[in-house]
Amino acid sequence: MQPISMPLPDVPSGPERGQQPGEAGTGWPGGPHDGPPGLRSAQDTERIAAAVFTALADPTRRDILTELARRGPATATDLAMVLPISRQAIAKHLGLLSEAGLVRPQPGERRRVRFVLQSAPMGVAQSFLAALARDWDRHLADLRRYLDR
Amino acid sequence: MPVPDRIERTVELAHPPERVWQALTTAEGLGGWFGSSAEIDLRPGGTAVVEWKDENFTAHLQIQVVEPPRRFAWTWGIMGLPDDDPRRTYVEFTLEPAAAGTRLTVVETGFAQLPDELESSYRGNASGWAKELGELAAYLDAAA
Repeated sequence: MQPISMPLPDVPSGPERGQQPGEAGTGWPGGPHDGPPGLRSAQDTERIAAAVFTALADPTRRDILTELARRGPATATDLAMVLPISRQAIAKHLGLLSEAGLVRPQPGERRRVRFVLQSAPMGVAQSFLAALARDWDRHLADLRRYLDR
Repeated sequence: MPVPDRIERTVELAHPPERVWQALTTAEGLGGWFGSSAEIDLRPGGTAVVEWKDENFTAHLQIQVVEPPRRFAWTWGIMGLPDDDPRRTYVEFTLEPAAAGTRLTVVETGFAQLPDELESSYRGNASGWAKELGELAAYLDAAA
């Protein structure tokens, strides 16, 4: 694959680019170059994505999340019956996963706490992966080849 | 490293803007370099369907801006979300004449959209994009 010549990107502003006020299809809030409103959401997104990737980096935690996805809410004891590690180790991982927002403890009868998978952080991680997977470098290299052929 | 909300690339192409415009906005062009085949209804509010046969993947682009041969924009879905999910990213191509031919800039924004459930899970801190983009989607649908 040929390298793409990539000069430092200009950051053109909306009005210089011939954008008319009220023009159909330019309804991006504040114009497409203003970035996300508010910094906190970006920081939150990063924190959430980092928690997901940290959780998934550990094989035991992957097993726990997989088991919760497959069978639904389960206690540490339930999980210890199907996974090859102790109940104590599972409880410790469940604590980490709870702090990361990936599972939620659901108090039950006689202190039987069942843990429920929380899918929302996975969606944030998916958005992160989607940005990486878009691969404009490859698309633009293909465009160059198409034009040059 | 922050989660990328925005991707920007600039390339210099040794062809005039009109030629690059054809590659970006025709079925033949989009099927030639982007997907393996494409159909396009080239107008704001129109749809382009791009198929990647090898990857068994089809994208539906909602065309937003058609300003030949300078500006072309669409929205499309985010990987991992259902096809009919209202959250989409915005892709804009800008073509500028350059000594060598055309300076092409592509900007894609909107990856940091958060699932709605996060508003309750994370006490609303992360709701900015989800809300703004929901409004954007409604606006674009109404304008279509």
